[in-house]
Amino acid sequence: MSEYLNIFLTILQRDMKLAFRNKAEFINPLMFFVIVIILFPLAFGSDSALLKQLTSGIIWVTALLATVLSLEAIFRTDFEDGSIEQLTLARYPLTLLVSAKITAHWIIFGLPLLLTALLTGFILSLSEQTMMALFITLLLGTPILSLIGAITVALTIGLRGGMLLSLLILPLYMPVLIFSMLAVENASIGQSIAAEIYFLAGMLVLAITLAPITTATALRIRLS
Amino acid sequence: MSLTDFLSMGGYATYVWSSYGICAVVLILNIILPLRRKGKVMRDFQKRLLRKE
Amino acid sequence: MSLYKNLHRWFHQFASPKYFYDISHTISRWTVIICIVCFVCGLYGGLVLAPADYQQGESFRIMYVHVPAAWMSLFVYMVMAISGGIGLIWHIKLADIVARSSAPIGASFTFLALATGAIWGKPMWGTWWVWDARLTSELILLFLYLGYIALQSAFEDRRVAARAGAILALVGTVNIPIIHYSVEWWSTLHQGPTITKLDKPSIHVSMLIPLLFMVLAFKTFYITSLLIRVRTEILEYEYNTSWVKQLLGNHNNVTN
Repeated sequence: MSEYLNIFLTILQRDMKLAFRNKAEFINPLMFFVIVIILFPLAFGSDSALLKQLTSGIIWVTALLATVLSLEAIFRTDFEDGSIEQLTLARYPLTLLVSAKITAHWIIFGLPLLLTALLTGFILSLSEQTMMALFITLLLGTPILSLIGAITVALTIGLRGGMLLSLLILPLYMPVLIFSMLAVENASIGQSIAAEIYFLAGMLVLAITLAPITTATALRIRLS
Repeated sequence: MSLTDFLSMGGYATYVWSSYGICAVVLILNIILPLRRKGKVMRDFQKRLLRKE
Repeated sequence: MSLYKNLHRWFHQFASPKYFYDISHTISRWTVIICIVCFVCGLYGGLVLAPADYQQGESFRIMYVHVPAAWMSLFVYMVMAISGGIGLIWHIKLADIVARSSAPIGASFTFLALATGAIWGKPMWGTWWVWDARLTSELILLFLYLGYIALQSAFEDRRVAARAGAILALVGTVNIPIIHYSVEWWSTLHQGPTITKLDKPSIHVSMLIPLLFMVLAFKTFYITSLLIRVRTEILEYEYNTSWVKQLLGNHNNVTN
């Protein structure tokens, strides 16, 4: 049991070290996130009432798009240099190794994304309740995005045509977006967001249980 | 119901008949396109077989 | 024990491409006949016989196209996901072929459901579209179908394509109960369940019967269209076998 934990932590550490060495790989999507959000006040004028209504939606949608950009990084470099094949041949369950990589992705990208999103929300003067809702939905949502994203990246590694990943992922991300935005809306008018949060939490638990093994299966299919 | 009544569908003619029209197009395409593809595949394979001989 | 053995043998025989190709012609003949009969009965019953609805007038007749299309969009997705799963687990070629061939048909039905729904919505609700739970999740279903089709064409090796597609289809299965139960779980603009509720359906029998005919018509249509595509794929998969070469040779002789 503790052997599995050690392997998990080893892979986790390895991925994080690699990410710090190639800072661009995880900073670029964050920069993309910030830049796209800035585009909106530029387009609508920072005092626009319309903009105030759209802000949390803009933050969430841009978070989705930035996540799609960052996902390639989980598996691409490892796929290209053959490490993934080595992982599938290892005597440890691929599911465990994949869980480590997904966790690494969330720590490297999801968590900073969460903090950056809160920062942008603060800068764009969102109300306190909206910020709270944004925080909780992103806290629950970003791991779901990493998990579901990992499945889709595993299916599409190395295929020409970068758009395919986005086309496959975004329909799967839509429920997360829908429930998060429902929560944010309810929070901004002062209503309880318990139902939406429960739903998101349920999705998170489902993703945690099923995504790693599905990703591992997808990797095996692609590498056979 | 007279023929005019039938065609005008109580004033909803555009809506009802465009729906059935789209349905007809979708169904017909789902028969014609696969049949054409099958014919093409068979002809291509036959040509390949003849060339081998 | 012998029943199990017989079933086992029948299942494997059924899954053999050549056998399936042969019996598919017989199946098609039947489904075409049933399909045409059901369409005639359903259309006549729905367009002529059924009385106009109390609230919706004649526009409710769009239901006879919209509801079967919507049900089929869900049904075909389940067939696609399940046969994909069977192909994934037991490596049965025919299951892969059925999954891949079902996708364009399912996408067509989803598109048809969305289009006829929008057309029906305009006079009834005053709007072509609304972002309620059922319409949105049905739209997501369309994207899932299109994504599946795009994924299939991205691979050169058909078998890898089929297995990757199976995973995608299985992941997207979560959407199906959402679509079905959306009208019960959320307050939506879309009408609630009237037929699939477990107690007595709240639709009048004279309106229900043509609908059932139309549903059967759509189902047999799906099988007919599916079998054409499946036959084509079987030929492509089995091109190098002697039975296909013989079949094409005979066909050649007949047409010449």
